[in-house]
Amino acid sequence: MAEQCCEVGAAPRGNVMILACSGGSNVGQLSNQAAVELTVEGFGKMFCLAGIGGHLSGFVQSAKDVPAMVAIDGCQVGCAKAILTHAEVPLKAYVVLTDLGIEKNKNFQLDRETVEKVKAAVKEACKDLPADAPSGPACCS
Amino acid sequence: MDIKVLGPGCKKCQQTEAIVKEAVAEAGLQVSVGHVTDAMDIASYGVFGTPAVVINGEVKSVGKIPKKEEVLAWIKAAS
Repeated sequence: MAEQCCEVGAAPRGNVMILACSGGSNVGQLSNQAAVELTVEGFGKMFCLAGIGGHLSGFVQSAKDVPAMVAIDGCQVGCAKAILTHAEVPLKAYVVLTDLGIEKNKNFQLDRETVEKVKAAVKEACKDLPADAPSGPACCS
Repeated sequence: MDIKVLGPGCKKCQQTEAIVKEAVAEAGLQVSVGHVTDAMDIASYGVFGTPAVVINGEVKSVGKIPKKEEVLAWIKAAS
């Protein structure tokens, strides 16, 4: 029980809430793939942007209270950023994939090199987030 | 009024429950404070971590021990 304490999600070590726009383009799906892989690798924990968009209190309050969080938008339309703004959640770290020189299109065959580029950019964007943030917003001790 | 603390029973969850009960007593309310410990039940609230405080179905705090003053304000707003 103690190992699960404070961690309702899956990642065992990550301390960063990862919110991806997961939109309907290559860059939207790149944001999603990067979020999934960073979660699996233990860098952070992907969280439900849709729940925040739906203004469900558990999701909104979690995003407000978490010390370290990164939002990933595929393009400058900025849906993830807009959702957080609408829910009055402060933006902490933020990445827009087209700003990395990735062209937006409808090719959903994501290549490994680009996924790795996105993951590296997300990690770089998170470097100034609180390093001592516990796993999840707080950990029981 | 329905007040719940979400958490598997760790120290911070117990501290949160104690603070919430203290606030309830100070507010003069005769309500019981529930404690949700089952992981699946906790997950159904959509919280990123625990301890969390839920008042009348609305999540007020996630992943930290709230101050008594905060809890009192939530109770007052919900009354």
